[in-house]
Amino acid sequence: MRKTLLESFIHGPLTEAAPEPDEAALAELALRVNRAAHARLGRSLAIRHVDAGSCNGCELEMHALGNAFYDLERFGLRFVASPRHADVLTVTGPPTRNMRQALERTYAATPDPKWVVAIGGCAADGGCFAGSYAVLGGVSQVVPVDLHIPGCPPSPLSILKGLLALLESVNVKDRAIRR
Amino acid sequence: MALLDGIAIRNVASGHRPWPRAVVGDDGWQAAIDRLVEGGAALFGLWGDTGAVHMALIDAGAEIAVLTYECRDGRFPSVGTRHPPAIRPERAIASLFGLTPAGASDRRPWLDLGFWEERHPLGAAAPAPEPEPYAFLPAEGEGLHQLPVGPVHAGIIEPGHFRFTANGERVVRLEQQLGYTHKGVEFLMRGATLDKGARLACRTSGDSTIAYGIAFAQAVEAAVNISPPPRAVYLRALMAELERLANHFGDIGAICNDASFSMMLAQCGILRERVLRAADACFGHRLMMDMVVPGGVVRDIGDGGAGAIADVVGETRRLFPRLVELYDKTASLQDRTVGTGIVKPEPVRQFAAGGYVGRAAGRAFDCRKTPGYPPYDALTFDVPVLEAGDVNARVWIRIREVEQSLALIDQILARLPAGPLLVPPVAADGEGIGFAEAFRGDVLVWIRLRGDGRIDRCHLRDASWFQWPLLEVAIEDNIVADFPLCNKSFNASYSGHDL
Repeated sequence: MRKTLLESFIHGPLTEAAPEPDEAALAELALRVNRAAHARLGRSLAIRHVDAGSCNGCELEMHALGNAFYDLERFGLRFVASPRHADVLTVTGPPTRNMRQALERTYAATPDPKWVVAIGGCAADGGCFAGSYAVLGGVSQVVPVDLHIPGCPPSPLSILKGLLALLESVNVKDRAIRR
Repeated sequence: MALLDGIAIRNVASGHRPWPRAVVGDDGWQAAIDRLVEGGAALFGLWGDTGAVHMALIDAGAEIAVLTYECRDGRFPSVGTRHPPAIRPERAIASLFGLTPAGASDRRPWLDLGFWEERHPLGAAAPAPEPEPYAFLPAEGEGLHQLPVGPVHAGIIEPGHFRFTANGERVVRLEQQLGYTHKGVEFLMRGATLDKGARLACRTSGDSTIAYGIAFAQAVEAAVNISPPPRAVYLRALMAELERLANHFGDIGAICNDASFSMMLAQCGILRERVLRAADACFGHRLMMDMVVPGGVVRDIGDGGAGAIADVVGETRRLFPRLVELYDKTASLQDRTVGTGIVKPEPVRQFAAGGYVGRAAGRAFDCRKTPGYPPYDALTFDVPVLEAGDVNARVWIRIREVEQSLALIDQILARLPAGPLLVPPVAADGEGIGFAEAFRGDVLVWIRLRGDGRIDRCHLRDASWFQWPLLEVAIEDNIVADFPLCNKSFNASYSGHDL
């Protein structure tokens, strides 16, 4: 263990420079986020993830956000275990009818102000599962969505860009209100 | 056909490849169940069709056969009453097709959680009735309490419901209720083009996208009787081993993290990320989705791709042994994994559990080896097997498989044949069976094609079908706090199971 730890010191961090926030995502967000809600939030955002029936591909890339290369927490973004602790719900999946009630309840349990980020192609419109008796065809069919992050699955970098766009938007408006 | 000896057959279906499909009556069906009960064959799959039920058997010689029972009045003789691994597949058949397993004691729905607008969506669909509350199995005794967990879990995890009955910290019974990620994959397969079918197959369980791609492609190729070009076969194996490496790194790290040893998660996370980046460099997609299609693969290894893979293999060979040593010599970690979540060899054999769940408890099955499929028949590798059946054994199987995958990648890169990537399948009718060894175990795909090249019926069976029930066995008498550890060591797929 000592050798491994020592090497980590010598080689320096693997963590990469922060990506630029996604312009399109930023624009979408600016329209939707309620201005009054921002004043209550500082920089840190707590994220609760809900898999509403994804193939688990999106989850793999969300997990990757926690690895040494992306290190999500350095941006003040962290995943929390309860919706009651969350500012943001990330949702993946087409979503399935079987998950509708659970998603609605999770949304209801999240305190205001809150944002919903739909991650992946399925979450936008059902993706390749659209048209089945078992799916609803987009997260917005169940809860209001503030931001879509496309991709099948989106790379960790795309997810990070989308989440950063969310953060930037919150902060910009936060400052505007304070002034 | 030793497997079918002693099973009365009415007729053998024509155009079912590469193994036979036989239509049987009551006597033949019962003889097959006898074979399962005696242990002469294992249940490889059990799925519904229009007015019929199919059962895939595999024996110790890795011979495979599909038996078909044509239902009368929408009924078929229950397999699950005598052979428990068939219970959940049978309940799924009843919920999806409306076919009744005659004599079955457990009539509760499976996958259908009462939220669909119609019942029996793959059979004679009808408006859904008012859902009844799901009756969990009882556990009675003094001081017992229930812990309902899920479908939404704490963490970035797929959804499913776990109903624990515990006495203090000790788990008396775990019952799973799955189906939350049911997307209707087999419904969408009906009438789909092969392109659409391949895309669906690759999204049955995202972590096994290559394995599903291969199993689906092999089923189609068997049905239309073509072989993919040699270069494609080797590239498929290359992708499959990269997928296995990435998942095993993820699992080893995540298991240790659930035993509060986060350093392994951090270090294994680095190895995993490097593999995914190499995959991206080679094939333009980190998970390599949609690269495998019927007839071959769609992309060649890009410029610098082989170099990127060789770098990752070299880096892993340098770093991984140190992590293995760390795992082996950290007493606090061993204290959590050794002797936790034991599944004994007998249930593993009965359920024919594949992957590390089976191989950690004495079942040496790996479908790359037997029955085998190209190019693995030309490559040298071992199938590691242990007996203990605990979390520790499931970790060690993964560790040994990482080593085997690295050796396989060396061989694949050294022998990668030149030539075309794709022989597009011609439109033809036929039935085919295909399988592939995903990182968590064997994936089975059965397909029936129509003459216009579209899919008539496609069934995909994840290894998880025969692993999830064993998780209920593994947790018995363990403490609630060890459930995440047991669950991670199984890492069964929700999406692959729920379809």
